[in-house]
Amino acid sequence: MATTTTELTAQSTGAAAPFPPFNADTFASQLFWLALCFIFLLVMMWKVALPRIGGIIDNRLQRISGDLAEAAALKGQSDDAIAAYEKALADARARAQAIANETRDKQAAEADLTRKRLEDELNVKLADAEKTIAATKTAAMSNVRGIAADATKAIVERLIGKVPSDSAVDAAVADTLKR
Amino acid sequence: MADPIKQFQIVDLFPIAKIGNTDIAFTNSAAFMVLAVGGITTFLLATTRRREVVPGRMQSIAELSYEFVANTLQTTAGKEGMKFFPFVFSLFMFILIANLIGLIPYAFTITSHIVVTLALSMSVFLTVLIYGFWKNGLHFFNLFVPKGVPLYILPLIVFIEVLSFISRPVSHSVRLFANLLAGHITLKVFAGFITLLGSLGIAGIIGATLPLALVVAFFALELLVAFLQAYVFAILTCIYINDAIHPGH
Repeated sequence: MATTTTELTAQSTGAAAPFPPFNADTFASQLFWLALCFIFLLVMMWKVALPRIGGIIDNRLQRISGDLAEAAALKGQSDDAIAAYEKALADARARAQAIANETRDKQAAEADLTRKRLEDELNVKLADAEKTIAATKTAAMSNVRGIAADATKAIVERLIGKVPSDSAVDAAVADTLKR
Repeated sequence: MADPIKQFQIVDLFPIAKIGNTDIAFTNSAAFMVLAVGGITTFLLATTRRREVVPGRMQSIAELSYEFVANTLQTTAGKEGMKFFPFVFSLFMFILIANLIGLIPYAFTITSHIVVTLALSMSVFLTVLIYGFWKNGLHFFNLFVPKGVPLYILPLIVFIEVLSFISRPVSHSVRLFANLLAGHITLKVFAGFITLLGSLGIAGIIGATLPLALVVAFFALELLVAFLQAYVFAILTCIYINDAIHPGH
């Protein structure tokens, strides 16, 4: 009742009516509706709207972090694969190097061995040959002495008509050969 | 010239009940409260109905409002403050939408009535008071005793702290009420000048462009104020809630 009367006076007399925000007659109804509406809003937000929006946001965050984790895991796997590949490559290289080194060493050793054997053989042959040469030379030298003595004897006999003694000829030949 | 106060008049649309000596009628204020609350609820529920991981524009608005209030609350009151998230969110959205609806011509502005803003700020005040005592017991009085204050001025400080605590709901509610009330009166007064000048002939119509331009500029400012006052109300609520959770300064 009071509300209606003040409104009527407010509308009819204008300035004489109380300023609407300070009109205490409307307070009860405003508070009643405010309480009703605000409590409804609070309950709707609390129980329905906010859990739903929060759920959407959480779900998205989880999805993003899950995707990031998966990407990180996949990257880890590919990194592992690259590391394994590089390790295999390095191993293979090292093994190839080792095999090459071994082969080269073995071949060098074999070559050394062969050369040494050949050298030994050649040395033996050389020594034989030198021995033969020395023997031949000795023999030849003794033959030369005999020939020289004979020739000396013949020359002397022809020159003086007398055969010199063997000892004198030998001494003379030896003396000459010594020079 | 139209009465700039008339827009705040509360009109009974139809009576509902009578409690004691007071009539509880469905008023224009009640209608706009129902509109605001219904609008908020419908919007938030309709836009998030499909729960899309990649949100559309409307769902983004709903999520944006959620994250905006959640961040504000979390930065001021910490993780524990999130208990009050539905409350702060409801306050913010209710005031924001009520302010914005009030800017529509011929609409009623719920928040331009002191009893509404005072009731909202009292709900915050009582929440802080009850939760503060329930959680901290008598340690809640630490709120009024700042640390590191010399003993001889401590009684004065405590007196000032208590006074400022008690005056919180008043400043909290009057700030919102006065901003909205003053803004709407100014808009109405300038708009009244347009029609007043416009009725004076050609020169008046040319002269009326000035108040028209002012109304346009003022309307933009009022849009900002509508958002800002809702934000200020919400952030003060967060700060007060923080006091209830951590009463030691």
